[in-house]
Amino acid sequence: MALIKTVIDGKEIEVERDRWALDVAREMGISIPTLCHHEALEPYGACRLCVVEVTKGKWTWLTTACDLPIREGLSIRTDTPEVIKSRKMTLELMWARAPEAEGLEELAKELGVDKPRFKLRHDIGKCILCGLCVRVCDKLIGASAISFVNRGAERRVGTPFNAASDKCIGCNACVAVCPTGHILTVDKGDIRYMETWRTELDMVACEVCSKGYIPARQYEAITARLGERIALDKVCPACLRARTVERFKAASKV
Amino acid sequence: MIKSIQELSKRQAKAQKEYYCDKVRISVGAGTCGLANGAGEVLETISDEVDKQGLDFLVRQTGCVGFCEGEPIVDVMIPGLPRVFYRDISPRKARELVQAIAQRDFRSEWALARLDKDNLLVELERDVSGKLNGLAKVPALHELPFYKQQAKIALRNCGFIDPHNIEEYLASGGYSALAKVLSSMEAEEIIDSVENAGLRGRGGGGFLTARKWRSCRKADGYPKYVLCNGDEGDPGAFMDRSIMEGNPHSVLEGMTIGAYAIGADRGYIYVRLEYPLAVENLRIAIRQAKEYGLLGENILGTDFSFDVKISRGAGAFVCGESTALMASLEGLSGEPRAKHIHTAEKGLFKKPTNLNNVETWANVPVIINKGWQWYSKIGSDNNKGTKVFSVVGKVKNTGLVEVPMGISLRQIIYDICGGVPDKRQFKGVQTGGPSGGCLPEKLLDLPVDFDGLTEAGSMMGSGGMIVMDDRSCVVEIARYFTEFLTKESCGKCTACREGVREMLELLDKITIGQGSTEDIELLEELCCYVRDNSICGLGKSAPNPTLSTLKYFRDEYEAHVVEHKCPAGVCRELTKFEIEAETCIACGRCIKACPVEAITGEKKVAHEIIQEKCIKCGACRDTCPVDAVVTL
Amino acid sequence: MNLTKVDEIIQEYEGEDSWLVMILQDVQEDFNFLPELALKRVAEQLDIPLSRVHNVATFYSSLSLKERGKHIIKVCDGTACHLRGFVNLRDEICRQLAIKEGETTNDKLFTLEVVACLGACALAPVMAIDGKCFGNMDTQKVEATLDLYRKQTQK
Repeated sequence: MALIKTVIDGKEIEVERDRWALDVAREMGISIPTLCHHEALEPYGACRLCVVEVTKGKWTWLTTACDLPIREGLSIRTDTPEVIKSRKMTLELMWARAPEAEGLEELAKELGVDKPRFKLRHDIGKCILCGLCVRVCDKLIGASAISFVNRGAERRVGTPFNAASDKCIGCNACVAVCPTGHILTVDKGDIRYMETWRTELDMVACEVCSKGYIPARQYEAITARLGERIALDKVCPACLRARTVERFKAASKV
Repeated sequence: MIKSIQELSKRQAKAQKEYYCDKVRISVGAGTCGLANGAGEVLETISDEVDKQGLDFLVRQTGCVGFCEGEPIVDVMIPGLPRVFYRDISPRKARELVQAIAQRDFRSEWALARLDKDNLLVELERDVSGKLNGLAKVPALHELPFYKQQAKIALRNCGFIDPHNIEEYLASGGYSALAKVLSSMEAEEIIDSVENAGLRGRGGGGFLTARKWRSCRKADGYPKYVLCNGDEGDPGAFMDRSIMEGNPHSVLEGMTIGAYAIGADRGYIYVRLEYPLAVENLRIAIRQAKEYGLLGENILGTDFSFDVKISRGAGAFVCGESTALMASLEGLSGEPRAKHIHTAEKGLFKKPTNLNNVETWANVPVIINKGWQWYSKIGSDNNKGTKVFSVVGKVKNTGLVEVPMGISLRQIIYDICGGVPDKRQFKGVQTGGPSGGCLPEKLLDLPVDFDGLTEAGSMMGSGGMIVMDDRSCVVEIARYFTEFLTKESCGKCTACREGVREMLELLDKITIGQGSTEDIELLEELCCYVRDNSICGLGKSAPNPTLSTLKYFRDEYEAHVVEHKCPAGVCRELTKFEIEAETCIACGRCIKACPVEAITGEKKVAHEIIQEKCIKCGACRDTCPVDAVVTL
Repeated sequence: MNLTKVDEIIQEYEGEDSWLVMILQDVQEDFNFLPELALKRVAEQLDIPLSRVHNVATFYSSLSLKERGKHIIKVCDGTACHLRGFVNLRDEICRQLAIKEGETTNDKLFTLEVVACLGACALAPVMAIDGKCFGNMDTQKVEATLDLYRKQTQK
């Protein structure tokens, strides 16, 4: 890929054409906040937190850095008063929408938001509609158990008909990527409760300790991908580690 | 099947002979608004009467001729005589008219106008001027204030030909442009023509059409797609509907020419769900064009093929945005995508795609037929050609108006549409739909084109124009558009989803009398934020109605938050209706009009409104013949 | 529930998932709304995730997952209609039918929807019932207009 010149915060740099501005800026040590971004997924541009000021020729405008490809003639500023003002308003609106979202209030205060001038909502949990859960489930895991539902102010994330999903494999990838702690999962006995998705998953019991350790559907999904030639033991991580330790101990005695 | 360009000419000549045959032809304007006004019954009555009398008349239906105020409209063409348009023809009048025409009695008292030269795609000589025969008192169409300054280019044929019959499109010279392109023009030449003509997108974006075509032509990829945006979501706009209903072949021909220039072999026309007649007429047109070899495989016997399919919207204004429209065509929800990926290179199904609006496509055959030199003489600098406007609201003559760009707002509203009725005062005009702004009286002399209105904070947009009088509240208008956009937002980005919703909360507060000056300040701050931070055009232009009304009508906002009054008498919580005893003539009309029986009074006793029962609907004020109902 | 109609519709569109929006519209034509089972069948037959079908079905306003009445009343709230009496017209219909916007009457005869624009602006205010446009409406014409459809059912 061709190398082109670009200027970010006054510093000139040469990068491959079409690289995302966010990645380039971060590599330069410039800090840009994000919420709906994840390096394992395509940029989505929904939260608007990573906005930067772009100038090309006589035009200057605000746009998100996560999905801005570096092209000829761009000059980018990540710290102008306009940028800060925009990020503050974005956080203020998000804070009002999901006041209990973990980390949101801190992030907002860090950027100088005192308190929201809008009515606080308490009816939609901690979700800020970043879409990470939907995107990871659909594009990376391939289960597509959840999606966005409705449109506009009614938009939310959920399973079809808000009912238990028969596609969810209980992998907890959604929990891992959710930036606000909105998605709840708990294992009780041999059942994994994906509470937010109203889905209960039976877990496979470990052959050694008999505790349920992986949702059956997840086990089936993985074995399906591994194919016949690789057998996946039904042993939980703790027992597997113990087994490995035993093996090493036995080997070192020889 | 027309297998060659020579054959096309022959078929056109034959079609012209049939169109201008020796029979009397009566047609009824049967677009959606005509039908809503009873045109269906009028058509049936005319057919029935013609049958009953055993007359050898042709009875046809056409699209909309644009004079909505006078629907149902009937047009009578007697061989050798000027064409006559009649207005307000009820079924009863229609029956009488047929009987009169059979006796060659024109009933000129019902006539709207006569036409000596037809407004078709190609000018045809009908030698009828000078043979007025009793029609001398009927004004010529182009003398009517409504039509005088109009120049029908995109709307050619609308109201004149039967959209269900391709022969009539051929008679008007249809498909000559396509034939010319296929037989004698190279792709670059075609694009150059469109560029020199100065054609800019009529959907509101105003981008140079040729530039878009060129980018798509240069892009790598197969197949390439040519799309037509028929989603016309702006409330109050029906320009594209009229073209799709009244002259669907002009869109098909335009798209086929574009496809040839770009190197595309397939396309879609995306029509909003609320336009079933447009969908129907386009379907018929596509079927007939294919039968005639003018669409589909090996067009006109050449090795160029182009197929087009119709897709319907499903109730989402955001799908008028190009990337959302493409998402919809891919079977997804209408979420716009970031624009740095040019759809000319990666659009529908990630292939090179060119999208244009209905009106833009309809202009293409005319540019090719009459030449770019002719076209570029119309309009103003950088704004060539005409624009179709739908003018509605508080004007005497609502309807469809097509004028050269650069004409002023005042000319459109007052000269063409007759100004504000009922002796009320002009307050403002809203242009460009929910993406546009409100302009006050002092700006009425602004030129209406892509560039002229943008500086003032509005935009020409797709051409919707709503005229308001002193009984319209601009704050309520801003609230109305903001509510509309809140419901139509796709919800993807924080700025639009949360920002526009909070703008609505504030406007709601203000219109029910609970707003403050701080609320107005916060509203302004939100507007700037939403404008600068949204992903797509819906969000970016959502603040326009609010920002423009704040700019030009701030005193009205202040009346709402400081004095808690609505000067126009619209916002119910801020208005009280009362009957002025001295003015009241005790006629009882308001008592009848009141839906909740909140008015008392007898003959000769001044009427009174019972405030506790009053729902502030304003019906009494609207019916009072002496303006005795006032708002406080 | 007879789902063969769903299969037929999908066949008409050659099983192409890019026609999902129109497929759902046609299914809704048939059932008068979008039943859960029909949506599941669509997902199966098109071999796409049910979550995607649900996402599309809930995104577009014209698609309804709730059962609707026999006659769909669409009152236009376009700008021209809004300026010329939409609010009074809608309120009158709500009053007469004792339902709110988006709801269906108890006897399942009427569903009241508000739409953005029907495109007949010169006749504002406008409402459509089962696709038929009624222009120049006012509160006094509501009862008679609704009666046309009440009488139909009685026959």
